[in-house]
Amino acid sequence: MTIFADQPLEEQIAQWRAYVCRRPAFNRPDVEELEGHLRDQLVALTQAGLAGDEAFLVAVKRMGSLDALSREFARVHSERLWKQLVIAPDADESAKPSYSETLVVLGLAVAAALAIKMPALFGLRLSPDEELPPFYARNASLFVFPLLTIYLMWKRGAEVASGLWLALPFAVGAVFANVFPFRTGSDTQVLTALHLPIALWLAVGFAYVRGRWFADGGRMDFVRFSGELVIYYVLIALGGGIVTGFTMMMFKAIDMNAAWFVAGWLIPCGAMGAVIIGSWLVEAKQSVIENMAPVLTRLFTPLFTVLLLVFLATMAWTGNPINVKREVLIGFDLLLVLVVGLVLYAASARDPQAPPDFFDGLQLLLVVSALVVDGVALAAIAARISEFGFTPNRVAALGENLILLANLAWSAWLYARFLRHRGSFVDLERWQIAYLPVYAVWAALVVVMFPPVFGYR
Amino acid sequence: MDMSKDLVAASATPLVLAILADGDSYGYAIIKRVAELSGGHLQWTDGMLYPVLHRLERQGHVAAKWSASENGRRRKYYRITREGRAQLAAQRQQWQVVDGTLRGIWMKACAV
Repeated sequence: MTIFADQPLEEQIAQWRAYVCRRPAFNRPDVEELEGHLRDQLVALTQAGLAGDEAFLVAVKRMGSLDALSREFARVHSERLWKQLVIAPDADESAKPSYSETLVVLGLAVAAALAIKMPALFGLRLSPDEELPPFYARNASLFVFPLLTIYLMWKRGAEVASGLWLALPFAVGAVFANVFPFRTGSDTQVLTALHLPIALWLAVGFAYVRGRWFADGGRMDFVRFSGELVIYYVLIALGGGIVTGFTMMMFKAIDMNAAWFVAGWLIPCGAMGAVIIGSWLVEAKQSVIENMAPVLTRLFTPLFTVLLLVFLATMAWTGNPINVKREVLIGFDLLLVLVVGLVLYAASARDPQAPPDFFDGLQLLLVVSALVVDGVALAAIAARISEFGFTPNRVAALGENLILLANLAWSAWLYARFLRHRGSFVDLERWQIAYLPVYAVWAALVVVMFPPVFGYR
Repeated sequence: MDMSKDLVAASATPLVLAILADGDSYGYAIIKRVAELSGGHLQWTDGMLYPVLHRLERQGHVAAKWSASENGRRRKYYRITREGRAQLAAQRQQWQVVDGTLRGIWMKACAV
């Protein structure tokens, strides 16, 4: 390599290279080729008597505008702008070699797939002919979250000592998921199955942010990670569904029933392994492609705002009261979860310094209309809740409703202040971030307290 | 003399192919050769040669190989392929038609 004795010149070349590398249209060999050209040009120019920095200016000028050049490259190699959906091994040189990462990820994914099969050794079989043992539902997250935590800690280069601390919540979770004498078909058992993953996700979050929990951006990054993981997981699940369909169809064609394989191996092992693989994809992609969750947020915020407003208008016009059925509270809980998600992911993608715009107004409208809808529903339910009695499901649903309602009410207040230029968007972001542990703590309460309080029914 | 952009772009392919038909070469040398042959009238923006080369590579008209250069640096050398030679011949005919036509018109203009 022609190394120039002129140190500042080498630095300028390195800067130029870094600048070119940032453009997605160029790959590494292209940059090398262009750099070779630049160096040849520099040799010629310095030999002609130009000083180093003069030669650099001339050579770069002759190279032409990088914008135009990268446009041309993009035209020739249009696939490159797409290819980044596949993991490029040279995406980040400073990161650990991706080869070893691939091995770790595959190893953990296989471990997760095997973990879900372990209980079968003790007679808890997964089979299409038998009912799913409730053990699996209660412990589903425990098969894979610890492995995911290990991956994240490995990725962040965390020490083993902190890993032992993070083992604690999983151990506690495993105890509470399994010590209670649940009755068959008990509601509290279902509640445990639903709430344990939410509580343990906080432990995964600690591994993800690695000491940045209270620092700026740490938890927001985890929120982004979670959202993208859900999207990747759904995509992988769709693919898995197609594999399942083909497996059944093809073996049926030769008069064999593959149901035992699909239900006993393909679906459970795939569902576990996909968590690890999905996380790996999200980690590999985080800087490369536009995050999907904020895009979906932008798409669905207006739709849901319209839906809620039309619903309210219809209710006001017709005077139809909310028909309080048994599970209506859960339905409205889900609505609030969705609205909180829209607010959270809109916040995650927003530049906090930007002034209020139309979309922020829309968000406020969404939040306020969700509050009104939920308020109406709560009023209807509260009037009759004593009539139904306090079952564990209803208490859990009511608690969640209040938690989400508190979040949204304060978010609406902060949004309104922001829109009137009385506060900054950072306040709203901080509020959402600070609220995250509340969900996990409530979920943990449901897991730990509800079964004994409600007599394991 | 400032050449129009379109003409420079249109002539790039036959020029590159013709130079490579004389022997394998690499980006910087091709540009120098073009400047030499045109007496400095054909000035490309240096970078723009590379998309042209990559397009030709993709179309199979040239083949590329990384090998060590005299200064020890890895360098991408381009070689014309059989398809490239055929393409060059076709382009040559087209340019000759254009050239011949223009000559005819301008000779007449001179005669008048």
